[in-house]
Amino acid sequence: MTREDFIGYAVPALTLGLGLCFWEGVVRYFGIPPYLLPAPSVIISTLFTDWPTLSSSLWVTLSITLKALLAAVIGSVTLAVIFAQSQLIERAFYPFAVALQVTPIVAIAPLLLIYLAPSVAVLVCAFLVAFFPLLANTTLGLSSADHNLVDLFQMYRASRLQQFMLLRLPSALPYFLAGLRISGGLALIGAIVAEIAAGSAGQGSGLAYRIVESGFRLNIPRMFAALLLISVAGITIHVFLTAFSHWLLHDWHESERGREA
Amino acid sequence: MTEFATLTSEGGRSASKANAQTLVAFKGVDKVFANEVTALSGLDLEIRAGEFLSLLGPSGCGKSTVLRLLTGLTSPTRGEIIWSCDRPEFGFVFQEPTLMPWSDVFHNVWLPLRLAGISKEKARPRIDEALTQVGLSGFAKAYPRQLSGGMKMRVSIARALVTRPAVLLMDEPFAALDEITRLKLNDDLAALQASLNATVVFVTHSVFESVYLADRIVVMAARPGRAVAEITVDAPGPRREGFRVSPHYAETCRRTSAALHLAMGEATPGELLE
Repeated sequence: MTREDFIGYAVPALTLGLGLCFWEGVVRYFGIPPYLLPAPSVIISTLFTDWPTLSSSLWVTLSITLKALLAAVIGSVTLAVIFAQSQLIERAFYPFAVALQVTPIVAIAPLLLIYLAPSVAVLVCAFLVAFFPLLANTTLGLSSADHNLVDLFQMYRASRLQQFMLLRLPSALPYFLAGLRISGGLALIGAIVAEIAAGSAGQGSGLAYRIVESGFRLNIPRMFAALLLISVAGITIHVFLTAFSHWLLHDWHESERGREA
Repeated sequence: MTEFATLTSEGGRSASKANAQTLVAFKGVDKVFANEVTALSGLDLEIRAGEFLSLLGPSGCGKSTVLRLLTGLTSPTRGEIIWSCDRPEFGFVFQEPTLMPWSDVFHNVWLPLRLAGISKEKARPRIDEALTQVGLSGFAKAYPRQLSGGMKMRVSIARALVTRPAVLLMDEPFAALDEITRLKLNDDLAALQASLNATVVFVTHSVFESVYLADRIVVMAARPGRAVAEITVDAPGPRREGFRVSPHYAETCRRTSAALHLAMGEATPGELLE
């Protein structure tokens, strides 16, 4: 690790540590009770004592998020491929896509809860939120192959399938991956929002439900512990998808250029 | 960088090609695009087998459209394009290298053969040969972004050569390169053309490039695009650096420049008049 690398990691770690110390100090100095603002040390100890409950909730939220993301990937790529076959199909279906995308998901959630079992409704919400960035990006990617390369493929009498596999799919990959990074975060947000909307109606035991429940019981340290887990889950998803994208693109894509010394 | 390999060297190419048979003829060709822009109007043009023909003209004179018409990617609005044989195999080099960034050099050069259903193993000797011809034999595993602009253009030329095309179409291939790289690629292309048996149609708006490379230069005018002058460059090949400083080169450049000024509807500057 070079000196620049060390500073690059040390500075943010230091400011984070200082911030936490300040928080801890303020809470102790003014004797703020934990039901108003728990100190970081209390949040960490709550995380350990409540781990059995919190970990099972974490698992529920994560599994909803990942299932929704997977469904969004399959659905959006399939639809984008169909869109890519004909402009007419794309035009015919795009109004639905746009209408669903611009309507805030919180507003749709109560309706979904009427039609669907709460656990399915939460999954569908998370799916809907994650679906559109992927669809929009993949559709754009499939139609953004270099025009000269398209000409070249035609000149060499490439079949439609060859053109699709060798040109359009690889051209779309960076767009798809950018969409995937956005959708990964959104799937988690969608799952959380839907869980909160489902609230008391649901038998949901995800992290968002824990937050709502802890709020009712004035168990503020547990609220913070659940929040912390959500943040960590979000960061983990983001880091994982960024690494995945880097792994696929680092040989060739301009966006990865800055990574080389 | 190594030079384009010279496989064989034929002398006096211009003399032997002057009376070569016609490969393809444009007869009164008009091309009007969907947006009603007239790219070509009444173009008469003859391309002879085995010659190096340069199409020279200002932007918008329809030079690139001529290449697209040759490949059959687009058809004339009026007039005819008559081939003396079946439409041959083409190699095409664009102004940009137009490589697939996700594929290494080997896979980029393999593309035309791959699309024709030739396996990687069967294609390998042809790919090696093409890379050797452009002086890139050690670079099969490099990705385009690791290469300089000139090297990317060499890969693009290798891809065009890998099918051993009868006709090589080049659309301002060196226009985006710096002057030093451009001169070097001109030298290497001149040597390579001497060794290939291909007909080359080379679009450019550089007088010096066209005189250095071509057997024959057709000067085109814009709005509407048409051929207005023809200049034969009668210098034995293969041409080398020395040709650039010969009186014959200077004289041909002067004549070509004068024709270009005329084509652009400008008064010919006094120093270009005889």
